[in-house]
Amino acid sequence: MAEELDGRFRSTLSDEKLQAAVYSGTGLLMQKRQAVVNHDVLPEYQELRDQARALKEHALENLEAYLEQFESQVTAHGGKVIWCRDGDEVAEFFVRLAREKNARLLVKSKSMTTEEIGFNERLERHGLEVVETDLGEYIVQLAKSRPFHIVVPAMNMTRYDIADLFSRSLGIASETVPENQTQIARTVLREKFLTADIGVSGANFLVADSGAVVLVTNEGNGRMATTLPKVHVAIAGIEKIIPRAQDLPVFLKLLGRSATGQPLTVYTSFLSGPRRPGEVDGPEDFYVVLLDNGRTRVLADPGKRESLFCLRCGACLNHCPVYRKIGGHNYPWVYSGPIGSVIGPLYRGLDRDPWLPFASSLCGACAEVCPVKIDLPRLLLDLRSEITERRGRGWQERMGFRIWAWVMGRPRIYEILGRMATLLMRSPASGRWLRRAPAPLNVGPARAWASERDLPPLPRQSFRELWRARAAGRRDHAAR
Amino acid sequence: MPRDDLLREIRTALQHAGGRQAPEPPAVRLRIPAIDPEARIRLFCEAVERLAGKAHRAVSAADACAYVSAVLHGGTAVASGAGILHELGIAALPGVRTGLNSEGPLRSLCAVADLGITGADYALADTGTLVMLASAEEARMISLLPPTHLAVVARDRILTGLDELFSLLPHPDQQTSSMVLISGPSRTADIEQILIRKVHGPGEVHVVVVDT
Repeated sequence: MAEELDGRFRSTLSDEKLQAAVYSGTGLLMQKRQAVVNHDVLPEYQELRDQARALKEHALENLEAYLEQFESQVTAHGGKVIWCRDGDEVAEFFVRLAREKNARLLVKSKSMTTEEIGFNERLERHGLEVVETDLGEYIVQLAKSRPFHIVVPAMNMTRYDIADLFSRSLGIASETVPENQTQIARTVLREKFLTADIGVSGANFLVADSGAVVLVTNEGNGRMATTLPKVHVAIAGIEKIIPRAQDLPVFLKLLGRSATGQPLTVYTSFLSGPRRPGEVDGPEDFYVVLLDNGRTRVLADPGKRESLFCLRCGACLNHCPVYRKIGGHNYPWVYSGPIGSVIGPLYRGLDRDPWLPFASSLCGACAEVCPVKIDLPRLLLDLRSEITERRGRGWQERMGFRIWAWVMGRPRIYEILGRMATLLMRSPASGRWLRRAPAPLNVGPARAWASERDLPPLPRQSFRELWRARAAGRRDHAAR
Repeated sequence: MPRDDLLREIRTALQHAGGRQAPEPPAVRLRIPAIDPEARIRLFCEAVERLAGKAHRAVSAADACAYVSAVLHGGTAVASGAGILHELGIAALPGVRTGLNSEGPLRSLCAVADLGITGADYALADTGTLVMLASAEEARMISLLPPTHLAVVARDRILTGLDELFSLLPHPDQQTSSMVLISGPSRTADIEQILIRKVHGPGEVHVVVVDT
């Protein structure tokens, strides 16, 4: 397992094209965010974060009450709420609905929640066609891949990759200009929108007091998918609930800025039920699928609950030094970056991919940029300790710490060992930096650890020696 | 029933008894800056232009009509049933079709029209946003399907921002099944983070602010 991972990481790290794409893609998003959250342009930024966090905390602590309120409001507006524990139940509902409506073609606007349950594949197995309509997601679907980034699904692909992909799967001449590529997708997808039977969307927010689904998009695919087909189904995790429509400004101001550096995304739709009498267009049927898929389990642990506050803005990915090197596809599940390393194991169980929370430098950048102030480093540490408790410490680790404790309790021995280490690490070959562990230690974990890290050589004099010299100096001074 | 099972599981997770009411949520946070109407219009127009939209202040009905005709440039347009479009004479301009209130014909027309003309219930000065509530007069697809969207806004409908909008409309769901906020032309940066306009929605957005 470890070796397979190691190989994958290595091949990602040596893929120069990919490294450049991720580095510049995330770098640009970091710059754009910084330009719109800095104190000069948004003095209320920190206050908004506090309010957003307090609202999420409150909504989740009272989740059942808000979900029930949401359901009764949706029903009052003529819509219907479907409760699903997992992907099987979601698929079951859709297959039944498609049969009932005699539907075959579904258009989908971007939704990470549907990625979570392998929605497209599940429905395709039942002979239904599901078309992704967000440009990035459409590219990913054609490539039979999965989103590389929560907000920018095809970040790993260049215009040339996309040219090859389009000409291969759409049977057209190679087109490498992004504007033209976009127009090709527009034309293909326009036809799909106009003929689709069911429009599927995710939800950025569920508003309890309004029974409303709130969607933000830039391309307009969210509006198309929820306006043209006769049926609209929104699929949302149960944690997406917020209490009131009046809480939206706080969240909307944070979401666009954190995700793409936009004060507001191009389209924000506030959708409450099917079209009303007199309204000219819009869906005739409106469903909201509320999905659990592991969330209730996370909710039960008050220490982990805050991981459910996530707005899926992707800021923690962009700022993560690990994500920026290993990219999205080395994470085992659809959610990548720091938030993926937390909610992956939490939603799916700690025994799957237990290495994930350890793949972090705990630098804290993620927590600093999170719009709802999720303490991601703390969650990663807690997960590490739980995973370690569960697995039990290996004999090497136990032995190691026993030796360490023994040495630390004996200052003389500590000092002797320190002097030995200084001598070992001062070998003439080492130069200014130590490139690898010195000979007798260059085995096992020490070797693996040092293989990717350079250390400054130990100083000639230890702290204890310096301290003694200083104390002696002071005594001399006082005596004089 | 998955519904009852799921709700029970959530209650158990939160250690709540059945029939419990949620306590008061944190106080609503809405801050409305004091900005005079003239400054709002100026800020709004600037914000629209920043988003690569076009803003025009019309001093008269004739001025508004002339601007719309220039945008239309001999093409075809679909206009919504918004009162302001009729009052200003925009709905009666050559090339503009209006009064379609059944979905099928409207859709066919929107799919081929060069321009969609609508009113806007409100506009937000700080973000250059149009606020559109679907209604019998205002269909959703007129601002969505044609490659260019032109909205006409009365000057007293320009609000400072989201906070003012939601303090005026605390419950949008009581008025419409769909409220849409539109901030500039449709765009994407999904290919190499290069900004491209006109993906699925209109690639051009014009706003006419009626000053009288």
